[in-house]
Amino acid sequence: MFGLNAKDTRLFFIVIALVAFAPFLMNPFPTDSAMAQFNAGYPDLMQRFVIFGIFAIGFNILFGLTGYLSFGHAAFLGAGSYAAVWMLKLLTINVIPAIMISVIVAGVFALLIGFISLRRSGIYFSILTLAFAQMAFALAASVLTPITGGETGLQTALSDPRILDGARDAGGNIPAPGLWGMEMRDSAEWVVSGWQFTFNVGYYLAGLCMILAFYLSIRIFRSPFGMMLRAVKSNQQRMNYTGLNTRPYTLAAFVISGMYAGLAGGLMAAMDPLAGAERMQWTASGEVVLMTILGGAGTLIGPVLGAGFIKYFENIFSKINDNVLHQWFAFMPDGIEDFLVTIVHPFVGKGWHLTLGLMFMAVVIFLPGGLVEGGQRIARLFGRKKKAADKETDASKTPAE
Amino acid sequence: MAILDVKNINKRFGGLQALGDVNLSVAENSVHAIIGPNGAGKSTLLNVLVGKLIPDTGSVMFDGQSVLGRKPYEINQMGISRVFQTPEIFGDLTVMENMLIPCFAKRDGSFEMNAIASITQQRDVIEKAEHMLEDMNLIDHRDDHSASMSRGDKRRLEIAMCLAQDPRLLLLDEPTAGMARADTNNTIDLLKRIKEERDITIAIIEHDMHVVFSLAERITVLAQGTPLVEDTPDNIKGHPKVREAYLGETQDAA
Repeated sequence: MFGLNAKDTRLFFIVIALVAFAPFLMNPFPTDSAMAQFNAGYPDLMQRFVIFGIFAIGFNILFGLTGYLSFGHAAFLGAGSYAAVWMLKLLTINVIPAIMISVIVAGVFALLIGFISLRRSGIYFSILTLAFAQMAFALAASVLTPITGGETGLQTALSDPRILDGARDAGGNIPAPGLWGMEMRDSAEWVVSGWQFTFNVGYYLAGLCMILAFYLSIRIFRSPFGMMLRAVKSNQQRMNYTGLNTRPYTLAAFVISGMYAGLAGGLMAAMDPLAGAERMQWTASGEVVLMTILGGAGTLIGPVLGAGFIKYFENIFSKINDNVLHQWFAFMPDGIEDFLVTIVHPFVGKGWHLTLGLMFMAVVIFLPGGLVEGGQRIARLFGRKKKAADKETDASKTPAE
Repeated sequence: MAILDVKNINKRFGGLQALGDVNLSVAENSVHAIIGPNGAGKSTLLNVLVGKLIPDTGSVMFDGQSVLGRKPYEINQMGISRVFQTPEIFGDLTVMENMLIPCFAKRDGSFEMNAIASITQQRDVIEKAEHMLEDMNLIDHRDDHSASMSRGDKRRLEIAMCLAQDPRLLLLDEPTAGMARADTNNTIDLLKRIKEERDITIAIIEHDMHVVFSLAERITVLAQGTPLVEDTPDNIKGHPKVREAYLGETQDAA
């Protein structure tokens, strides 16, 4: 269906279902239970799941397929954000033009940086992209202040022209980004005996974008173009001697992944009309590398899993403080309780990076294919057991041959 | 008629004259071998022909067009395919994917933004690739990882990939290096069959004299970057200059 084979169609429907039912899946615990702090079903975090999912899906098209490791993709995310906020300021508070412009601006920016950076490969390519992104970050924070708002960032204001719908903010409040009457921050709540589910407009818009982005990525993976990108990773020499020019292939992959990053940046600005230079910083570029590798570079679903995993840790683990730990271990004798809290303390709260780092190391060492490989191994384990069981039954059916 | 015409090629690497005044003419639809001791400049010459190296002086004409200054992929699109000493294939891809890539390169040229269409829809290319795999006796390996194949299979796959582009000139760089005798003989038979079935010119660099004398119609002997003689295999066999180049000047010592 949709031009996909059966396996890809199934994966695609799983992703659609995950996005559609995330408000339920992310809130499995009743609101006043002790486990409620593990709930991730609030709009802000769910938006981040899908937006960073888009970012990682795009990054994977470059890194997963061609093997070119860019350390500067946050620059395109930032450029997309700035472009979107400017659209919200100048044109209309409707997010559609803002998102479209963010993709275009990021694409043009990626074309420029890619054209220069792709003259080199390997570590030199990585360093070039890193240098460009840090340049963009430094410019955004200083020289380009009139465009970027400098260190305070760029945000919408009451005095913005908003050519198409300037008259709408008569109430004296800065209008929130919206979509034909709905505001991105609008949410519907549904309370069912202790459980509370939140359905947020912005989340579903971003979720729809992620579904489309994911679909496009499947198509690219299964296309001749996608195969050529994998050929680039495998053997550039053979490619050149097979009459194929690798440069436009890598550049196209770079621009596409830059546009994905721009889409993510534009959506961020649409959810919360504020863009700051820190979005371009190298730590943000590094984060998407981690997401992709953690989830499984070169796999379809891996980057989405990686993005969700890291964002979950960042937001949930970081909230566990000593008070929470004391509650957890309250049933133990005082001395042991204090001891356990001391042991666990560095791994939670502000120390969540330590936990993430350890898990990242474990994944890279034991599961080089990322979380996806972990899933495959589990599936294979069950598959083998099942097969073995089938064999036994077969053997019992035909005892003598 | 000569399909490949090399005139007065000189190439220096620092103080080393790798090629000195090389002239070579390969007749269309012939099998032409280039032999010579180690360091004679055979590989340097080959790298000039495929665009990997640019010579200091001279000209290389392929079918009336100059090759010099063109990129390797452009030269390949002109109709020159190269088989490497160690098989260069796409090790991370399946055998079928390896075969599809040259078929796409032949159909769509050096770059095609074919990012939405599914590979499975490209019936013409798939049929051609499958046909090539059958022809080369590789169809059983269709979905295998190409890196996991034996060296002989990799070599056959690489030759098949080159042939899928219907090249007019096939360059082989020691295609039987490191092969067992049986594999070598299979390769010889394969090349003979290719020569019979197609309008193709083959230029081969080889150390193994058994291969050279089984295949070649003309032989050029290179020594120290300069062509020593060019003649038929029968005349080359007993040529004193060739013996000298291979065995050294003092024949008593040999």
